[in-house]
Amino acid sequence: MALDKPYKGIPGTTIFDAEQSRMGYHLNQFCMSLMKAENRERFKANERAYLDEWPMSEEQKLAVMARDLNRCIELGGNIYFLAKIGATDGKSFQYMAASMTGMTQEEYAKMMLAGGRAAGSPVRDPREKQ
Amino acid sequence: MMARITASVYTSHVPAIGAALDLGKTNEDYWEPVFAGYQPSQAWLKDNTPDVIFLVYNDHATAFSLDMIPTFAIGCAAEFKPADEGWGPRPVPVVKGHPELASHIAQSVIQDDFDLTIVNRMDVDHGLTVPLSLMCGQVAQWPCPVIPFAVNVVQYPVPSGRRCFNLGRAIRKAVSLYDEPLNVQIWGTGGMSHQLQGPRAGLINREWDNRFLDRLIAEPEKLAEVPHMEYVQEAGSEGIELVMWLIARGAMSDQAPRVAHRFYHVPASNTAVGHLILENSP
Repeated sequence: MALDKPYKGIPGTTIFDAEQSRMGYHLNQFCMSLMKAENRERFKANERAYLDEWPMSEEQKLAVMARDLNRCIELGGNIYFLAKIGATDGKSFQYMAASMTGMTQEEYAKMMLAGGRAAGSPVRDPREKQ
Repeated sequence: MMARITASVYTSHVPAIGAALDLGKTNEDYWEPVFAGYQPSQAWLKDNTPDVIFLVYNDHATAFSLDMIPTFAIGCAAEFKPADEGWGPRPVPVVKGHPELASHIAQSVIQDDFDLTIVNRMDVDHGLTVPLSLMCGQVAQWPCPVIPFAVNVVQYPVPSGRRCFNLGRAIRKAVSLYDEPLNVQIWGTGGMSHQLQGPRAGLINREWDNRFLDRLIAEPEKLAEVPHMEYVQEAGSEGIELVMWLIARGAMSDQAPRVAHRFYHVPASNTAVGHLILENSP
């Protein structure tokens, strides 16, 4: 019998389980490498060359270069690891969070100040056409 | 006289709170209400400084990459350095451990069927240092030794609420068998509702959080039955950190605690801040 994974149905949410973790191992370890200043410099100097040092899929590399965090997550990335890309770019976490919701950072910050996103309220993937 | 757990502290550990403190932003309109909520807590800790703090937290891809993912890891080292999380270590004191009590707890709890990973070298990230900063303020050294206890809440499945609560009970027993009259506090950190990933990022659930606080005080054993799915659905994918609060609560006496302080505020960056101090009756 297959394992029960009821969390697959929550909109706008990818649970980082063993399956995602296996898929994203090298992507996440690449992110981890950005905790070292020298690696951040090398990555910033030539992103493609630095990514090519990692046995990541082409899709994963393109998603990183596009800073498409939703795509990175689909491909096995975990947000705590991906946050290190934002830190390398000098972006705040709130900027990264906003980028996944299709809101500007200002709109997102305003939503948080007003009490955040209500559970059960509609969720929009910024990659879908309006 | 043996060691005993006298009180428990529960708090969120939002990294932006640490940054606000370190950059001197505590008086800004955005942050002032957050820090005001911890003023009574700092006074309380000064009056109730323990000999040791057992601090339950989670690592955020800092000490543990995906190379190793321990479900429960107990820090048995003599000291733990604040980690460089990508923008330099926080300017906070080195955390002194309590290797004797930590290894005693490891021995007792493992024999009670909780398979802890023993860690003798580890840097500690904001998950551990932000709660200390909130409770102690900006200090030259932390008021007492701290035993870091890291729980995997990053890769699913994380331990269940039930297992965390029972682990707390095993820690309580271990402490009570330590042959020195130490005053021990246990802190549970993380949460409250927040989701940091995907199109649903920014989720906050004030009502659910406050119900969690009510039940943590009044009926923790029932609260421990709440399944993972409810946390994810109601408190967001990262709200699942709240299972760590049940470890601290399980380590408290079975008698009703005294609520020394309760605080709730939205938002701190992307997160709802919740905070409780519960005292055991003497």
